[in-house]
Amino acid sequence: MYLSALGLLGLSSWMAPSLTMAKQPEAMEAIAKIVGSNTIRDSRVNLVIPPLVESGNLVVLKLSIESPMTANDYVKAVHVISEANPSPNMFTAYFTPRSGRAELTTRVRLADSQRVWAIAQMSDGSFYRGYADTLVTLSACTEMI
Amino acid sequence: MSKTSRTGITMPAQAKKGAIIEIRAIAQHDMETGYRYTEDGKRIPRDIIQLFTCQYNGEEVFRADFNPGIGANPLIIFTTVAVASGTLVFKWVGDGGYEAVNQAQITVS
Repeated sequence: MYLSALGLLGLSSWMAPSLTMAKQPEAMEAIAKIVGSNTIRDSRVNLVIPPLVESGNLVVLKLSIESPMTANDYVKAVHVISEANPSPNMFTAYFTPRSGRAELTTRVRLADSQRVWAIAQMSDGSFYRGYADTLVTLSACTEMI
Repeated sequence: MSKTSRTGITMPAQAKKGAIIEIRAIAQHDMETGYRYTEDGKRIPRDIIQLFTCQYNGEEVFRADFNPGIGANPLIIFTTVAVASGTLVFKWVGDGGYEAVNQAQITVS
């Protein structure tokens, strides 16, 4: 059991370095594209993924953004960006004042141990961000079948 | 993937006016990433659901754009305010002409 766990970790880290390093700037670029020339603040966004996941194929991701969600002050959109997946954009969700709460849960793929970002765009044009780090022992997306 | 597939909606059938209700929407779909290869080195083409929308009595209340980073059989749990009795229509649109529609009724008191 202990040995096989080590083996899995070894395998993933053997496949990992080039991928993680190569993709991180791409993720930053994707974030820059969303935010444009606006400033982005590190608050209000709460992103939850398990800190350790055995399989990256189906990882539960929970997201909540602090907002009164009224007609004049609500979360317009949230973009979820991965630092190590083949494509940095994972998904975008668009809320409305009728959402009641800016909250959602979904299941994502993670190609590797990485940091996942959530960028929230408010109705007044301001941006907030949050992140979560996770360790993935078995990767998704690019495996052979 | 075929042009459509099974979908499921879980949400309350009744709610008090102004209450925030939780909706779980799931679609049966492989969400083929387009980043995988077969053993003989052929790339498997991307085949995913790209768009999910929820309309409440004809007005869009929630929308999501999916990318290959979303897992197979995409599940999305979100909320909406119960404003009036009526119908919620859920729609999934994807690659290769994929389209699925589901709906649910709600009675608001």
